[in-house]
Amino acid sequence: MPSMAFDTAHLLAGGLVLVSFVLLYQDRLYGLLNIYAIHAVALSASVAWQAYLQGAPHLYVTAGLALGFKAVIIPVALRRIIERLGIHREIEPVVGISLTMLAGMGLVALAMVVMLKVTTEAAPLAREDLAFALAVVLLGLLMMTTRRNAVSQVVGFMSLENGLILAATGAQGMPLVVEISFAFSILIAFIVIGIFLFRIRERFDTVDLQALHRFRGEAR
Amino acid sequence: MALILDLAVQGLQMLLVLAAAPLLTGMIRRTKARLVRRRGPPLLQPYRDLWRLLRKEAVVAENASWLFRLAPYVMFAATWVAAALVPTFATGLVFSWAADLIAIIALLGTARFFQALAGMDVGTSFGGIGSSREMMIASLAEPAMMMFVFTLALIVGSTQLSTIAALLPSVGLRVSLGLALVALVIVAVAETGRIPVDNPATHLELTMVHEAMVLEYSGRHLALVELATYLKLLLYVSLIACVFVPWGIARDGGGTVPALVGLVLYGAKLVIAGILLAIFETTIAKMRVFRVPEFLGAALMLGLLGTLLRFVSAGF
Amino acid sequence: MPLYFELYGVAALLTLAVLAVPASIAAVGRRALYGATLTVCLVALAADAFAMATRFTATAVLPLGLPWIGMNLRLDPLASYFLVVINLGSAAASLYAIGYDRHESAPWRVAPFFPAFLAGMNMVVMAADAFTFLFSWEFMSLASWALVMAHHRERGNAHAGFVYLVMASLGTLCLLLAFGLLAGPEGNYVFDGIRSAHHAPLVLALVIALALVGAGSKAGIVPLHVWLPLAHPAAPSPVSALMSGIMTKVAVYGFIRIVFDLIGDSGWWPGMVVLVFGGVTAVIGVLHALMEHDLKRLLAYHTVENIGIIFIGLGLALAFRANGMTAAAALAVTGALLHVLNHSLFKSLLFFGAGAVLGATGERDMEQLGGLIHRMRGTSALFLVGSIAISALPPLNGFVSEWLTFQAILLSPALPQWGLRIVIPGIGAMLALAAALAAACFVKAFGVTFLGRPRSDAAQNAIETDRASLFVMAALAALCLVIGLLPGLFIDAVAPAAEGLVGGSMPSQSRLAWLTIVPIAESRSSYNGLLVFLFIALSATLAAAVIHRLASNKLRRAPAWDCGFPDPSPMTQYSAGSFAQPIRRVYGTLVFRASEHVHMPRPGDVAPATHEVTLRDLVWEWLYLPVASFVSYGADRLNHLQFLTIRRYLSLVFAALVLLLLVLALWL
Repeated sequence: MPSMAFDTAHLLAGGLVLVSFVLLYQDRLYGLLNIYAIHAVALSASVAWQAYLQGAPHLYVTAGLALGFKAVIIPVALRRIIERLGIHREIEPVVGISLTMLAGMGLVALAMVVMLKVTTEAAPLAREDLAFALAVVLLGLLMMTTRRNAVSQVVGFMSLENGLILAATGAQGMPLVVEISFAFSILIAFIVIGIFLFRIRERFDTVDLQALHRFRGEAR
Repeated sequence: MALILDLAVQGLQMLLVLAAAPLLTGMIRRTKARLVRRRGPPLLQPYRDLWRLLRKEAVVAENASWLFRLAPYVMFAATWVAAALVPTFATGLVFSWAADLIAIIALLGTARFFQALAGMDVGTSFGGIGSSREMMIASLAEPAMMMFVFTLALIVGSTQLSTIAALLPSVGLRVSLGLALVALVIVAVAETGRIPVDNPATHLELTMVHEAMVLEYSGRHLALVELATYLKLLLYVSLIACVFVPWGIARDGGGTVPALVGLVLYGAKLVIAGILLAIFETTIAKMRVFRVPEFLGAALMLGLLGTLLRFVSAGF
Repeated sequence: MPLYFELYGVAALLTLAVLAVPASIAAVGRRALYGATLTVCLVALAADAFAMATRFTATAVLPLGLPWIGMNLRLDPLASYFLVVINLGSAAASLYAIGYDRHESAPWRVAPFFPAFLAGMNMVVMAADAFTFLFSWEFMSLASWALVMAHHRERGNAHAGFVYLVMASLGTLCLLLAFGLLAGPEGNYVFDGIRSAHHAPLVLALVIALALVGAGSKAGIVPLHVWLPLAHPAAPSPVSALMSGIMTKVAVYGFIRIVFDLIGDSGWWPGMVVLVFGGVTAVIGVLHALMEHDLKRLLAYHTVENIGIIFIGLGLALAFRANGMTAAAALAVTGALLHVLNHSLFKSLLFFGAGAVLGATGERDMEQLGGLIHRMRGTSALFLVGSIAISALPPLNGFVSEWLTFQAILLSPALPQWGLRIVIPGIGAMLALAAALAAACFVKAFGVTFLGRPRSDAAQNAIETDRASLFVMAALAALCLVIGLLPGLFIDAVAPAAEGLVGGSMPSQSRLAWLTIVPIAESRSSYNGLLVFLFIALSATLAAAVIHRLASNKLRRAPAWDCGFPDPSPMTQYSAGSFAQPIRRVYGTLVFRASEHVHMPRPGDVAPATHEVTLRDLVWEWLYLPVASFVSYGADRLNHLQFLTIRRYLSLVFAALVLLLLVLALWL
């Protein structure tokens, strides 16, 4: 395998991890959505490069899907929901940003160690891809658990999905069917979450989780 | 020919125990009376009592069942068979291998089972008192007896009484044997209903155990029950004699002279045992009912200690 | 060939279970169902007896169950012996159920599960791989649970079913872990593979402990026995007999199979553990039975005692086998196996009698019965035979197995280990104590229930039970007598099974003159049940003949003498509680913390005096209540997990994932 191809793939996957870090760093909701769009673009680029490297044309479709759904449609839709609901635009993390970043670093290290140990017989490209993908997944989870705002949790969930798709494309031979189901599951989850947010908004006039906890009697 | 002779000896043994049992009781009663400066009944009085009871009409409670009428026969038969299996004047009886010491104790258990049921049958409170106390005493006396059997079996290597009687004299003195003797005497006193466990001459409800169970019996049934009681006493005395005072018991296939010598010596052992028992009963008072478990518990502990010593080392 | 008979029998039983759902609506359908069950069990019994007589061994693999090993089944001498026990008891219960059916208030809840229960028990004994064994075990447990819950609206039955289900699940869990440990990392679940595999001593120790808890809980070892006196009486009477007499033996089979057969040699200390548990179980079981006045609960506690006796024999066999004393081990295991058969016979007989009493009077409480010997002559006579048998009195069968166990104990000074030598005399004393107390208990049970005067109208108006029940009870009583008179035949029949377990068997009994039995050598000891019986019969007949000749044969009925103070009220006679009072005073303060309190009203007060007896079940208080309260406490604390925020749930998931990855990273 030409090393330039290897490096490009490496670069794109690493870029995805970097964008995940940037996602963690965001404290404004619109900024979060924009960075998420970039996340999706990076994903589609990485998938397209994989399609080229592996000679698997169906992955181009995946890249297109990622670009279309996740880079454009979903951020736009979320932006409109935020405007409709009048959601509080600041994202308050549970622990400080610096601590979150440190945790993120630790998670990436963990992902690397685990993946490199587990996949000793696989091709080097696939191994690195998987390592990066696991890192993205863990960072997405970190985002979900350290954010109080429901929308930011949804974005964390979706970045987690991006990491899974990266892993799926990194391992050769995953069929298209699964990717469509992936996309659809995201869509459905998004719709459900949207409805959920609507109803919370109707009842409590807010989707700020901390305010919601006050109503449940469990304010921190 | 030899078989018929053996069978005759066995039959003689069975008749002997049957004949000697009332005599032993009569002797004990007369000795007890003499010791407290009374004249006491004649020696043959128990025979006369049995004959009189046999000829009397049996009065049975209205609600007594067939078990009430059957039980005396079972009690008598089981006790007689058990007594007939204990060597008296000769070992190696032809049917001595049919039941070993454990079976003999269990046969006495059968007799006691039926006696207790007979006590419950008529549905009076006296019967219940007797049965419940008797089963309580038995629940401790039987394990103590088992421990005694274990100790003997561990010394001699067999539970057959003939083998024990033949081999034990060569063993000599042992600590476990001494403990076993004490345990056996205590159990014998308890099981035969002598003072200090039970008073065979009383009819006061506070003090009676065996008498309470057979309170409703009369006539020929009572005769059988009384005979069974005499046989049980004879059994225990014979057991003590054959295990701990075995001198004079004729060996298997010894001939008639040793058998006759054994017979005479057996008679002497019975007399001595009777006198000793009478002295013991006269000098000691009856215990409260709920001190009897402690008394028997001591027997159980002694028997257990004897067994344990044999387990630990063959030198004990 | 007998294996196929058994398999067809099991298939037939399962089919009957399904057919019973529509058929049990009509009484004639139910009778036909129980008749069919009876036929199947008798055929299976014949096949198993044939297998036992010819030392038949065969295996079969069915394409059911786990795909890669199938359903392995095996019939060897041990399995065929236990199958004989099971099918004999099942046939007896089926015949009894035909007669008992008219007293059953919810027969459609009993009929479908009855054949299923029988099928489950047969399958457990035939299983030759862990999956089949556990599946059949659970199936048997669930079928019997459904039978226990047949009268779930009655007071206390739902609680009994719940406790039973919890204990059964605990047992299955322990057995699952035991088989998992035995199968090893390769997952070798077939019994043949387990037999030939080598296990580390620590693994073997764990497996033995798990098998003791798992199988022992179903058999009724103290402290895992608490469900027995709740569940066995709650079930209908034929099922009670099956559960007490047969299902406990299936549990004993499970234990024997795992510890004796699959594990092989495991050292001497398991023998000591089993011995101690057996001894404690025997004594505690019978003491509890003495304090009971519910007839069926008394019988259930007695089952606990007899299981203790069986485990004493098994512990001795383990100890002897580990030291290479094959003859002694054969003696001990033969005593235990023979007691398995004996107990299933007389316990079934006694439960059938109790069921007959329950059907005739509607009462299980002994304090309301009495005088039934006049009204129910057949039942009382047969119950008496059962009582004599269970009290280990010659010449019946209970005495034979106890005698064998005692002889085995007398062989144990030859054991080299000090622990065993110190413990075994104590166990011998406990065994003797349990036997003596058992006799006391059955004097009480028979005396209060059947003898005396009726204490209630129900007892006064009882009628004899139906002929089918009487027939089956008479058959069981006859079997008890036969085993007591001809023990040598049955010892020889058990010999192939014993040989498979300990590598040796008792000397062949049929060679001996006069049908005597000899444990080791004739010089040591011997017993001849037939001769003892003949002697007793002859002596009694002789006495009767002499009396008939010499004595007066006049008989007069009169009111009871009662020392001149007869009281017409039947309440003045001894009740169950009063009969047990001396024994309660002696043993009760230690074992039950028993306390009695008499409350006398003040003079002039017309209230009655009351006598209160308080008994505490220490096992329940010290083991089960703390465990239950700990579980409640843990559940309360864990309940907070229900009310977490979304973010906290996510954090839980996240933390779990990170933790697993860390473990993966560190381990690889």
